[in-house]
Amino acid sequence: MIKEYSTISEVNGPLIIVNKITNVKYDELVEIELSDGERRRGQVLEISEDKAVVQMFEGTSGIDILNTKVRFLGKVIEIPVSLDMLGRIFDGSGRPIDHGPKIIAEKRLDINGNPLNPYARDYPNDFIQTGISSIDVLNTLVRGQKLPIFSGAGLPHAKVASQIARQAKVLGKEESFSVVFAAMGITFEEANFFINDFRRTGAIEKSVMYINLANDPAVERIITPRMALTAAEYLAFDQDMHILVILTDMTNYCEALREVSAARKEVPGRRGYPGYLYTDLATLYERAGRIKGKKGSITLMPILSMPEDDKTHPIPDLTGYITEGQIILARELHLKGIYPPINVLPSLSRLKDKGIGKDKTREDHANVMNQLFASYARGKESKELATILGEAALTDEDKKYVKFSDKFEEIFIQQGEDENRDIVKSLTIGWETLTMLSITELKRIKDEYIKKYLPSLKNDKNDKIVNEE
Amino acid sequence: MIQKWPVRKIRPYKEKLPPIEPLITGQRVIDTFFTIAKGGTACIPGPFGSGKTVVQHQLSKWCNAEIIIFIGCGERGNEMTDVLLEFPELIDPSTGKPLMERTVLIANTSNMPVAAREASVYTGITIAEYYRDMGYNVALMADSTSRWAEAMREISSRLEEMPGEEGYPAYLGTRIASFYERSGRVKVLSSQEQEATVSVIGAVSPPGGDLSEPVTQNTLRTVQVYWSLQDKLAYARHFPAIDWLKSYSLYIDQLSDYFQEEIGKDFIHFTKTAMSILQEESELEETVRLVGIEALSKRERLTLDTARSIREDFLHQNAFDEIDTYTSMKKQHLMLDLILYFHKLAQSAIQEEYITNKQLTKLPVKNQIARVKYIPEEKLEEFEKIKKLIKEQINSLISKKLGKDD
Repeated sequence: MIKEYSTISEVNGPLIIVNKITNVKYDELVEIELSDGERRRGQVLEISEDKAVVQMFEGTSGIDILNTKVRFLGKVIEIPVSLDMLGRIFDGSGRPIDHGPKIIAEKRLDINGNPLNPYARDYPNDFIQTGISSIDVLNTLVRGQKLPIFSGAGLPHAKVASQIARQAKVLGKEESFSVVFAAMGITFEEANFFINDFRRTGAIEKSVMYINLANDPAVERIITPRMALTAAEYLAFDQDMHILVILTDMTNYCEALREVSAARKEVPGRRGYPGYLYTDLATLYERAGRIKGKKGSITLMPILSMPEDDKTHPIPDLTGYITEGQIILARELHLKGIYPPINVLPSLSRLKDKGIGKDKTREDHANVMNQLFASYARGKESKELATILGEAALTDEDKKYVKFSDKFEEIFIQQGEDENRDIVKSLTIGWETLTMLSITELKRIKDEYIKKYLPSLKNDKNDKIVNEE
Repeated sequence: MIQKWPVRKIRPYKEKLPPIEPLITGQRVIDTFFTIAKGGTACIPGPFGSGKTVVQHQLSKWCNAEIIIFIGCGERGNEMTDVLLEFPELIDPSTGKPLMERTVLIANTSNMPVAAREASVYTGITIAEYYRDMGYNVALMADSTSRWAEAMREISSRLEEMPGEEGYPAYLGTRIASFYERSGRVKVLSSQEQEATVSVIGAVSPPGGDLSEPVTQNTLRTVQVYWSLQDKLAYARHFPAIDWLKSYSLYIDQLSDYFQEEIGKDFIHFTKTAMSILQEESELEETVRLVGIEALSKRERLTLDTARSIREDFLHQNAFDEIDTYTSMKKQHLMLDLILYFHKLAQSAIQEEYITNKQLTKLPVKNQIARVKYIPEEKLEEFEKIKKLIKEQINSLISKKLGKDD
């Protein structure tokens, strides 16, 4: 039997404290009924003796201590899942907002999921071709990876993410991705961009969207990504689908967490974020991956905006320690008009080595990647030198590198928003830029590949790349 | 032989001894410049993406310990899976059996309970001591001790203890020190005289790459070897991204006898020369940044060229290349010898006015030096040939004297 309490003793920010409780469990779902009959939901955060601290997802304004009734529902937060979720749009608490019917549950799942035993995991190694050269060649994404986009205010992360969602495919297999999209505290315009983009390409039929906008309750953002990941787990591991989860913007999620932590008067860690931010983020990010014996997979792409473009801010910092690499967008490139403005040097994909090479992409991929990285880094260094001493002070070699890095940004990194380059083409463009350096500088590439692929050595005029129409 | 032992309690031994033998890892920058001893302690602090985990994996694959304990402490699940899938396939060069047979993994990935994370490090070191007591040389990797410290912090704050620096408990320093102190070379409790070692290598993940934070600082106070990972090197894909100017090893003196007897009389001399060239390079680079390369003398420019050769041809090592992933001490010795031999001959050649730095860097043999890292261990005799080539090519430069200049 469910007991009803009317013993709220205190309301504090997003928290309420309920007295004289019995048999309440940690993480239990709570429903309160306001004096005007409105119902709101919350979750138990802490119990000591006969008091419980409850975090309210839809805010606490209007709660009247005397006349509000509290019910502890005896279960954790669950969402109904079924294949009918595809093509639907929900709010941050999982209620449909597209005027469609309720979801008839195939299963009800706890939104907190369960940690995966590393032994049950399968290592992600299927190369995903995103059609973006700077990702495919240099920071390769594989199926089951978690690769965040570190962005900043005003940078086109939404465009990059939707281009990836649109073009991503695994070579040689016809399976495409279904997208689970969770928006946390983003603006209407940004959410609308994604919805329209998915509509335009027809991808919406295969996607599930959870939308919490900037003016929706902040604490709700804590459960939004968990719901999205639970839906993704169901689709991937029960329904054998390949899922790409996009979470945007993680910065808003962390701020909601900080709000709750501050209300609980916890000892803050760096910049006021709670000390358990790492653990909390890990419980989200680690839900990506593959499981042995299951066909499906979850590839996770969180987007976060770095305050002041500062990579050492706790949110990007802790994210980088958990995720398998990062793609960093650079304001400098964006101002030059280069799209996608991916700063390839600090970007990284940790799982690339198992996804590239012979039989996956091409035998020379790893060598070309290392060479491009090293040469571009050298070019940037020379450029820095030139800004201090003037270009005249550079050696001939340094000048070559400066030219190389300009060309590299211009034809390799830069590409159209709808341009879908296959991996062979991306590699060819990479080789094309390398012809600007002398062969002795190509130390990271094995001789046999230089002989086979370097355009000036091949003497094959047909192989020169033709410019895009 | 079942034993139960409380993990927080040190297992006893007869006597602790100072380390005398290096732990050979096959990683050039570590073995040659920043050696760790069997029974020693090392730490690898570095921001994310600087390659901590790859270094740890490389060490657990190739180091010449008999037992490896790998503690995945609050790190990525897929990294543990990688080890689980890869190690059974790899062959231990000394025994010919799968690497997995000498490895114990302790997994507490970042989404697993925090309380278990706090204990996982102790579980690991106790297992290490257990094998040590059987007479094995054990190497323990903890990736990452920062997560362990954070687990301590989380528990401590839930216990409402008074926080110390950055919210970490006041006893953080003592806990870290007593963990690393469980390493060492000891006489084990046995009827025979037997020695065994536990080496401990801990990764540290400082927030924002800021080394002044408490976990790094407390660790540096305890450990003897410091491998400093730099993200700047990692961005240029110079791996392992161990900074040769900031890192140190306090074992070098204790191990110099071993190096002179086992590797070569000149080895210590080589490492010192190479290191001083690298030191000089960083000073010269300052000058270049201020007044341009024109201001340098020919000798100084040669130093820059050689330093570059040491960095790119020796320090840089590709963990994912079949041959380059492991380099024996013998080959490391030969490689360093080759680079310094070129430097020595070039130094005397450059005294002739008509020889320019450019002519020297353009010698075809430079290209071959760059590729010696890919020479397989069975074909080490090739080094002699290249040495001959160096001599021939530089001599022919000198004898060209009054030929046409370019």
